[in-house]
Amino acid sequence: MGKYIVKRFIMMIATILIIASLTFVLMHLIPGSPFDGERTTNPTIQANLEKFYKLDQPLHIQYLSYLKSIVTFDFGPSIKKPNESVNELLARGFPISFELGMATILVALLSGIILGTIASLRHNGLVDYFAMTFAVVGISVPNFVLATLLIQQLAVKWDLLPAATWSSPLHMILPIIALATGPTAIIARLTRSSMLEVLTQDYIKMARAKGLSPARIIVRHALRNALMPVVTILGTMLAGILTGTFVIERIFAIPGMGKYFVESINNRDYPVIMGTTVFYSAFLVFMLFIVDIAYGLLDPRIKLHRKEGDA
Amino acid sequence: MNKHQLDHAKEQIKERMDEVDKSLPVGTSVMQKNRKKTKKVRSDIKVLQVNNLQVSFRTYGGEVEAVRGVSFNLHQGETLAIVGESGCGKSVTSNAIMGLIPQPAGIIKNGSVLFKGKELTSMSKSQLRKIQGVDISMIFQDPMTALNPTLTIGEQLTEGLRTHKRVSKQEAKQKAIEMLELVGIPNPTERLKQFPHQFSGGMRQRIVIAIALICEPELLIADEPTTALDVTIQAQILELFEEIQQKTNISIILITHDLGVVAKIADRIAVMYAGKIVEIGDKRAIFYTPEHPYTKGLLNSVPRLDLVGEELQPIEGTPPDLFSPPKGCPFTARCPYAMEVCEHVYPFTKAISESHAVDCWLQDERAKALQELS
Ligand SMILES: Nc1ncnc2c1ncn2[C@@H]1O[C@H](COP(=O)(O)OP(=O)(O)OP(=O)(O)O)[C@@H](O)[C@H]1O
Ligand code: SF4
Ligand SMILES: [Mg+2]
Repeated sequence: MGKYIVKRFIMMIATILIIASLTFVLMHLIPGSPFDGERTTNPTIQANLEKFYKLDQPLHIQYLSYLKSIVTFDFGPSIKKPNESVNELLARGFPISFELGMATILVALLSGIILGTIASLRHNGLVDYFAMTFAVVGISVPNFVLATLLIQQLAVKWDLLPAATWSSPLHMILPIIALATGPTAIIARLTRSSMLEVLTQDYIKMARAKGLSPARIIVRHALRNALMPVVTILGTMLAGILTGTFVIERIFAIPGMGKYFVESINNRDYPVIMGTTVFYSAFLVFMLFIVDIAYGLLDPRIKLHRKEGDA
Repeated sequence: MNKHQLDHAKEQIKERMDEVDKSLPVGTSVMQKNRKKTKKVRSDIKVLQVNNLQVSFRTYGGEVEAVRGVSFNLHQGETLAIVGESGCGKSVTSNAIMGLIPQPAGIIKNGSVLFKGKELTSMSKSQLRKIQGVDISMIFQDPMTALNPTLTIGEQLTEGLRTHKRVSKQEAKQKAIEMLELVGIPNPTERLKQFPHQFSGGMRQRIVIAIALICEPELLIADEPTTALDVTIQAQILELFEEIQQKTNISIILITHDLGVVAKIADRIAVMYAGKIVEIGDKRAIFYTPEHPYTKGLLNSVPRLDLVGEELQPIEGTPPDLFSPPKGCPFTARCPYAMEVCEHVYPFTKAISESHAVDCWLQDERAKALQELS
């Protein structure tokens, strides 16, 4: 186990470095610079600014100091908002985005699994058809469309829920619904099909032959096996939700990282782009690692470590 | 019956023949020897009485009449083998007894299953659960898929016990260790913590047997328990069955394609064809004086002691479609003795002796008279 974690950790570092380097290359491939605003800046001032942010130095030197900033996790001040450091932006925005993302994944997991399970138990029944229709719609409608629809209907027309910001649990409902519907639908479909398969397995029949209660058979024998594929897609789903938060935050005017991230790219605010990208990739890589560990814990056949031979 | 099984049967029978040659005077049969060894006295207590059981499945193509009126009794401590070609309804029969017919497609259309006098077919699901795994247990064909891959052996062994009987965790664990010892698994205490993938196929089938027996049931239904195992392991598992039966006096219904297995451990044999039991009787009667042409065909398709070296004669043709089973004897199309009446009317069950019955028109006095004439 320890050996596996060390190996994974080294791979995680390598992954983050590759992502960081790619970001650096891409960033400098995009034409434009932080000082390309509508107002033309005085050339001397611009030169001084570039000197201050070390943009006048050759690219490989910039790259090295970028790597250094990653290692020390200090990305310096933002170019557009010089009185704020990238770390401060992250500390302010990320917790909100994290809240939104985590709430979304929890809601999606819970409702998706329940919906999928019920659908599989009522295979070809009314509930099944209803759930799968919902799933198809949920997967096909993009979250920004759904978000707009929700605001228009539930917030503006019916005045049931607040339309924007992140100031109370009530405010969180619409953005979470908007972001969670797609993943819920995917999880529900996956749970259903994998449950249907598991329910035909011999060990389920054997559990029935033991005279166990239906609840015990479903939870202990069926679901545990049926959820393996769900755990597998959780990693990619997390990435999707993470980028989804950027969009949803803009629509609902939520002061999370999304706002800063999009602005920073428009503005070529190099330190912010680099800081958030590295931070987010590190976060995602770490979550994937957690998912892998969870998978190993759920399925004893997957060995995270070498053990004595078989019987 | 596939090639592998045939080879196996051949091997087993030859083996036993050699044994006999050494120990018995010429002309004495293997069967007699086996009886001497086990020397069971049949108990009068009927554990199971199945009467005119009919099971159908509703499918898109129509209704499949999988079991069409099956009747038999099973005594305490007895092993009844149900044999017959694939698709003849062996598994459906056993699932119906166990209350495990897949819903909602499967329906028990008629008949009764009395377990120690209690009617099972009319029981509610929750009443049935008090019997499943406690009084009646079941073993499945493939030990590789019968165990849940994500639960430890210990959890799978004890959960039935903990559900049905008031025992502490510690007591359950102790019982589980005893059971693993009984079925011959070494180091049971450590093995309890392991997962199914850490065991070989034969070991897993032993564990499945241990799970089936942990609540000390009175009836064990084994649906092809050795088919998925290789020959040496098969023999070991069969010995285990015999040993357990001697210790616990459990009744066993053994479903199999394999006449070698039947010859080894059955007391009585029921031959099924197209959803019906066409012949039932003591092992000796079925092996030595089979009356139904289908039984004779089955026996001819396996190497016989007295016919070693002769060609096997598999039964030609295929069983009838159970979507619209024939009105008369379902074997008509394949039967070398078929008569006009066979096609139209199903034969009566004729009791040849107290323990031997057959469904065939050849048993009718008129047919007999006809045969003598020709
Ligand atoms: N769930 C089901 N739905 C529809 N038909 C079924 C179902 N289960 C069994 N049958 C049908 O019932 C008949 C008897 O099947 P069964 O499984 O009892 O055969 P079997 O004698 O056990 O054969 P095998 O030796 O291959 O296991 C077959 O014709 C099969 O197609
Ligand atoms: S009833 Fe007729 S067809 Fe059926 S087995 Fe007997 S002789 Fe053959
Ligand atoms: Mg079967």
